[in-house]
Amino acid sequence: MSILHIVNKSPYEKNSLDVAAGYAQDGDSVLLIEDAVYAAAKSGKASAKLNGLDVSVLGSDLAARGISEDKLVDGVAVVDYAGFVDLVEAKDTVQSWL
Amino acid sequence: MAEESKKLMYVNRRAPYGTIYAWESLEVVLIGAAFDQDVSLAFMDDGVYQLTKGQSTEGSGMKNFSPTYSALGDYEVTKIYVEKESMQERGLTLEDLQHLVWEDEDDDWAERDSIRLVSRDELAKVMAEQDVLFNF
Repeated sequence: MSILHIVNKSPYEKNSLDVAAGYAQDGDSVLLIEDAVYAAAKSGKASAKLNGLDVSVLGSDLAARGISEDKLVDGVAVVDYAGFVDLVEAKDTVQSWL
Repeated sequence: MAEESKKLMYVNRRAPYGTIYAWESLEVVLIGAAFDQDVSLAFMDDGVYQLTKGQSTEGSGMKNFSPTYSALGDYEVTKIYVEKESMQERGLTLEDLQHLVWEDEDDDWAERDSIRLVSRDELAKVMAEQDVLFNF
């Protein structure tokens, strides 16, 4: 059973990303939305939390926060809302770490 | 400035779009600016993200209120303290923030920087001088 882990809280304010990363198994994916997209900025300390994870970020939430794609951690995929749906469909279930 | 003016500081610690705090703070600051008080703003923790440039909200359907920060100078809000430690933790530099200025009427309207990058210790000392602290 594969899981899509959705995180929406800033890694500098809440521990949701740490918990999601701790529960992510091989074959799972992590999707960063809303304030969680700050984790994908490679210059920030929280970017280290993404090591070893299959990570996507929602492009419109990146743009809202002024983060251009060239500032992202290598290997992070940027998706639009249709890509969000594709990720949900590709996994057996979804876990939203609110 | 009125004789009874108080020193008010608005302390901003939240990122701009995930919650309503940042926008609410900005609205209160602008409303409060109509009263003759000594106003300053502090940005720390995720609050430093409020001032980043290049915010574009078309795709997410939210209101982009970031251009409003550049109007603060016109409301005589000229002291904007940004905490250095919070910037460093997030890998941000002054280059990532909007260039906020105010015009000095005592010096032929010369443009001055509003943002003051300060350490936690320095900000703590400024906070200690305030009459009222508002947290958002």
